[in-house]
Amino acid sequence: MAETVFAPWDDSNAKPLIQFKNVTKRFGEFTAIDDLSIDIFEQEFFALLGPSGCGKTTLMRLLAGFETPTSGEILLAGENIVPVPPNKRAVNMMFQSYALFPHLDITENIAFGLKRDKMPKPDIDARVEEMLALTRLTQFARRKPHQISGGQRQRVALARSLAKAPKLLLLDEPLGALDKKLRQDTQFELMDIQEKTGTTFVIVTHDQEEAMTVASRVAVMDEGRIVQVATPDAIYETPNSIYVADFIGDVNIFEGHASAAADGYDIAWGEGQKPLHAKTSVENLDGKQCYLAIRPEKVSISAQKPENVGNAVLGKIHDIAYLGNISTYYVGLPDGKIVKAQTANTRRISRRSFTWEDDVWLSWTDTAGVVLGR
Amino acid sequence: MRRFSWFNATSLTLGFAFLYVPMIILIIYSFNASKLVTVWAGFSTKWYGELMQNEAFLDAAWVTIKVAVISSSIATVLGTMAAIVLVRAGRFHGRTLFSGMIYAPLVMPEVITGLSLLLLFIGIGMDRGIVTITLAHATFSMCYVSVVVSSRLISFDRSLEEAALDLGCSQFEAFRLVTLPIIAPAVISGWLLAFTLSLDDLVIASFTSGPSATTLPIKIYSAVRLGVSPEINALSTIMIAIVTFGVITASLVSKRNAVNRQREEQAAARMT
Ligand SMILES: Nc1ncnc2c1ncn2[C@@H]1O[C@H](COP(=O)(O)OP(=O)(O)O)[C@@H](O)[C@H]1O
Ligand SMILES: [Mg+2]
Repeated sequence: MAETVFAPWDDSNAKPLIQFKNVTKRFGEFTAIDDLSIDIFEQEFFALLGPSGCGKTTLMRLLAGFETPTSGEILLAGENIVPVPPNKRAVNMMFQSYALFPHLDITENIAFGLKRDKMPKPDIDARVEEMLALTRLTQFARRKPHQISGGQRQRVALARSLAKAPKLLLLDEPLGALDKKLRQDTQFELMDIQEKTGTTFVIVTHDQEEAMTVASRVAVMDEGRIVQVATPDAIYETPNSIYVADFIGDVNIFEGHASAAADGYDIAWGEGQKPLHAKTSVENLDGKQCYLAIRPEKVSISAQKPENVGNAVLGKIHDIAYLGNISTYYVGLPDGKIVKAQTANTRRISRRSFTWEDDVWLSWTDTAGVVLGR
Repeated sequence: MRRFSWFNATSLTLGFAFLYVPMIILIIYSFNASKLVTVWAGFSTKWYGELMQNEAFLDAAWVTIKVAVISSSIATVLGTMAAIVLVRAGRFHGRTLFSGMIYAPLVMPEVITGLSLLLLFIGIGMDRGIVTITLAHATFSMCYVSVVVSSRLISFDRSLEEAALDLGCSQFEAFRLVTLPIIAPAVISGWLLAFTLSLDDLVIASFTSGPSATTLPIKIYSAVRLGVSPEINALSTIMIAIVTFGVITASLVSKRNAVNRQREEQAAARMT
C-alpha cells in the first residue's frame, strides 16, 4: 500500500480545526481583513505569506482573541470563539517581539502559563524541564531574558507558548530577528518540534523561502484577502494569478493575446515574433488578453537554435548574476524585454559557455509556463 | 584629561558655598549652648534634648509623617490609575481635555489649590484636621505621580500584557503579575516624590489644617514668627539629616542596580 499522504484539505470528510467564515475586520474606515474564509486542519503547518501591511498580524490577533471581527465567524474545533476572551482560548501565540517577561527568569517565563492553570507544582516542574530540553535551553534555566542571546530568546518564547500544549500555536514572524544561518537551522528545528508535539502551527512570514520550507500549505495574502491557498509545490508550479507567481520566487511574464490551439493556446505577444505555444487546461481565454508565466530555471539557454522544442526566442546577454551554485542570465529580446534564465553551475566559472553581449537562444517546452487570465 | 583651572575651581566653590553655607550655619548653631541664636557660647546638645520634651513639636512631626505616608499612598494609587487611562485608552472623546486637566494642578499656584480645597471642605461641612490635610495632599501630589508613571508606561511594550493574557491571565492578573512589577520603579519614585512633596508642603497644609492637627512645616513657620530659637535649628538639623540619608541611600541603591545589571549583561555577551 502506498504511504498515506498528509492532505486533509483534499478529504471532504475531514473536519477543519479552524474555520474563518467571511471574516471582515475594519479599523475605522480601513479594511484590514476583507471577507476572508479559510479552513486550517489539525496538525497542519500553515504559513501566511504576504507583503508588509497585508493583514497577516491582524489575522493572527483575531485567532488569539486580541481583535474582534467586525463581521463573520471564527470556529475552533467547530465552536465559535469570537466571544471567548484570549485567556480562555486553547490557542497560544509566539509574539513577533517575543514579549518575554523581563522580571522573570527563563524557567519562570516558561512556567507562567502553567501556573495560571493551577497545575500542581511537580507537574509544572516536569513540564518546564521537558520544554527546556526540547528547546535546548536547560543550561540557561536561571538566566533572565536580557542575559541570553537573540536566538535563545526566540527559543524561550517558543517554549513558553508550547508549554500549555495548545491546540493551535500562532507564530508571528518568529525568525525575523535571526541571521540567515541560524534562521535555517531554526526552521528545521520548528518543523521537528511541530512533528514531535503534533500541534497545529500557523506561521506568519514575509519570507517566501521560509514559507516553502516549513509549511504543509501556504496562503498568499494581499490587502486583507487570500489570493491562493495551496501546498508549496502547487503554489510554485501552478500559481493562480500573476500576483502569486510574482510573489513566490522569480518569474518571467509575457503578456499577449490568446487564441485556442492544440491542447492550449497560441499567445501572440511581440511585434514580428512567432506566437508562444502553451499547453494548459485553463478555459475561456480564447480571444482574450492573457499572461504566460515561466520560471527562470525552466528556460534553457543555448548558442544554437534547439530542435524540437515548443518555444524559442533569440536574444542578447545583457547581464550575468553569478550566485555561486547557480547563474542567472538576463537576456535582452529585440523589443527590449529582459528575460531571466537560470542554469546550475556544474562547471567552474572559467569554463562558462556564455558571456556578455553573446547572442543566445532561450527555449522552453509547451508545459513549462503557466497561462494566467489575470 | 581636563587641566585644573582656577576659573572652574572658583565657580565650583562659590556655587557650593551659595547652596550649603546657610545650612551649615544652621547646623552649627543648633549645637550652640546659648539661647541667643547669633551668639556662640560653646558646644552643647541640650536643644536636642529639649526638643524631645516638646510635645507640640513631636505631635506635629507625627501628624506630618502620617499625612505624608497616607496621602502619598492614595496619590500613588490614583495617579497610577490615571496614567494608565491616559496612556492606554487611545483616542477617546475629550482625551486632550482630560489629560490637560490632570496636569493643570502642576502649574496652578499652590495658594489657589489650597484656597479652593478650603472652600470645598467648608462647603461640605468637613472639620479641618488630619483628614482634610491628607486629602488635600493626595489631590495635588497625584498629578506628579501620574506624570512619572505615564512617562514609564509610554515605553512599556503592550505585547507583554497581551502575552500574559494569552497565557491565561485575566486583565487584572496581567496587570498585577506583569505590568506592575515592570513599572514598579516608576511607581516607587512616584510615591517618594509624593511623600517629599507632602513632607515639605506649607501653603496647602496651612489652608486645610485645623486646630486639631498641625504639620511640622506649619509649626516651624509659626514658631519662627515669634523669633528663631535654637530648638528650631535642632529640629531643622534632624530634618536635613533624614533627607540626606534618604537621598544617599536612594542613589546608592540605584547605582548598585545599574552596576549589577551591566555586569550581568556583559557576562551574557561574553558567553553567547
Ligand atoms: N489597531 C489598529 N488600528 C488601525 N489600523 C491597524 C491596526 N492594526 C493594524 N492596522 C492596519 O492594518 C493593516 C494590516 O496590518 P498587519 O496585520 O499588522 O499587517 P502585516 O502583519 O501583514 O504586516 C496595516 O495597514 C495596519 O496599519
Ligand atoms: Mg506583522
